[in-house]
Amino acid sequence: MALFILRRLLQSLFVLLAVSVVVFFAVYAVGDPIELLVSPEVGQAEREALIARLGLDLPIWQQYGHFLWNALQGDLGNSFVHSMPAIDLIMQRMPATFELVVVAIFLTCILGIPLGMIAGLYRDAPLGRGIMAGSVLGFSLPNFWQGMVFIMLFAVWLGWLPASGRGPTVEVLGVPFSIFTAEGWRHVIMPAINLAVANIALVLRLTATGVVEARNQEYVKFARAKGIKPGRIVRRHILRNILIPVVTVIGMEFGSLIAYSTITETVFSWPGMGKLLIDSVYQLDRPVVVAYVMLVTLIFVVINLIVDILYAVLDPRVQLTQTAH
Amino acid sequence: MADTTNKSKVPTRDPIQDTPQRRAILKKLNARPTVRGSVIALGLLMAFVLLAPYFAPQNPYDLMALNIMDGRLPPGAESMDGGRYWLGTDSQGRDMLSAILYGLRISLLVGLGAVFLSTVIGTLAGLLAAYKGGWVDTVVMRLVDFILGFPTILVALVLLAVLGRGVDKVVIALVVVQWAHYARIMRGRALQERRKEYVEAAQNLGFPSWRIMAFHLMPNCLSPVLVFATIQIATAIVLEATLSFLGVGVPITEPSLGLLIASGFQYLLSGDYWISMFPGIALLLLILSINIIGDRLRAGLDPR
Repeated sequence: MALFILRRLLQSLFVLLAVSVVVFFAVYAVGDPIELLVSPEVGQAEREALIARLGLDLPIWQQYGHFLWNALQGDLGNSFVHSMPAIDLIMQRMPATFELVVVAIFLTCILGIPLGMIAGLYRDAPLGRGIMAGSVLGFSLPNFWQGMVFIMLFAVWLGWLPASGRGPTVEVLGVPFSIFTAEGWRHVIMPAINLAVANIALVLRLTATGVVEARNQEYVKFARAKGIKPGRIVRRHILRNILIPVVTVIGMEFGSLIAYSTITETVFSWPGMGKLLIDSVYQLDRPVVVAYVMLVTLIFVVINLIVDILYAVLDPRVQLTQTAH
Repeated sequence: MADTTNKSKVPTRDPIQDTPQRRAILKKLNARPTVRGSVIALGLLMAFVLLAPYFAPQNPYDLMALNIMDGRLPPGAESMDGGRYWLGTDSQGRDMLSAILYGLRISLLVGLGAVFLSTVIGTLAGLLAAYKGGWVDTVVMRLVDFILGFPTILVALVLLAVLGRGVDKVVIALVVVQWAHYARIMRGRALQERRKEYVEAAQNLGFPSWRIMAFHLMPNCLSPVLVFATIQIATAIVLEATLSFLGVGVPITEPSLGLLIASGFQYLLSGDYWISMFPGIALLLLILSINIIGDRLRAGLDPR
């Protein structure tokens, strides 16, 4: 067990290192941020001073060495544009993204699982078919366009909800959250649904497939033969058995939702770290791009690590096949 | 994933032959009205795309043909020279109908191009990994795991942030993020197939490995890859539209549907819905029809 965790830990570190190399060289090999940062009138001496201050005059592998050494100490460089540590900039924006993602996951759970169960239980009825067809629509709708349709419907035409931005925030444990105010909910609900739609469709289909499979299992037949009420069979026997893979997927989707929030945040001008990434890409603010990618990679690696370890703990077969290699 | 190719255990069967399964799949495909509708919709869109230059009232790339005085006209409005803009105009007085027809071309070109290239690359990589095994397998599959470990949009976004805008660059980015799927599917399938007698027979006949891979193994592994590719066309088109919307995709001189939608976004809040809504509907129609056909195709091939 310890060996398995150690091996996975080393693998994760290797992934992080590989990503840092790829991203650093890719991002730092392009464009000249000096062009953007310094106005053409600035003298040559001042220019060179700035280049030296930002460390852009060193050979690229030396820049990488510095970058890696600093990164290990939690310093991912200063933003060229905002002249503050890139990691602080991202951390400032993180609660907004986190909030959006959590609300989206909440919506996925309360909509995706029940709808999936209905679709699975009434597979051949119009209702079930309708839900399954709707899920294809959920997959097909391009995320950003769907967000724009929302804005057009609920903000421009009906005027029910604000078109963009985040509501007033309340500090909870020193972190600003907007979901504790009514105005905050009015702002968060549209972007959260936008972010959640594809996920709801995914969870819905997964649940429906699970229900269809579980329905014909011996234990369900047996429960039915025992005369247990259908509602109880669904809740206690079917739901419990299909919930494990569904919950795993929802957990794994946490990371991709953070990545996909870049689109939602751009559409709804949500001041999260995804919007920051897009803005930084435009402004060639390389340290912020690199820091963002490193941070998201870290989140991904940690999630995968936790899932793998949990699986090994829960399912002894996983551990055996892994260590036998 | 047992499908039609299971029949090919009989080595004499021509893979393109009209098998009973094939007919059953076609029958299944034909039975659903939504599927028939999708086929018709896709066919019509394709026809529009191919005939765009003859069909479109205006060449949207020809700046001389645009009249800035006709900017942001609502659908059905009359133009300065007496014509009609059935779907309205954008801020530069470009006829939206023409822009959509030409935008569909770019979107489809990028989608098909990216899927074709990633299918070829992924299939070859997966085949090689399965047949050669050993370190080739390890290297290819580690790379696949690495790429698939990250959300597609993030990899493509960072890649395009580095490469810059351009139709060719979007295709490259899409291929980088998508080939890995094909490699994984192909490898899984080829690992099953390579244990079968016909491969052994070919090996015993002393055929070179490239020949066994290309003419024996590959034809028998291709069907799940091709079904997947159908659906991936839609995914690629959406991804391109999204990247263009975010401003890192195709250049402004060759607007795809995604870029058209993006350019209308700023006018949406003032109520000029048609600039982004109509390209969006075209995009949705395209994706939906591909997805429905792909979904049925998969259901038809999947015995469950």
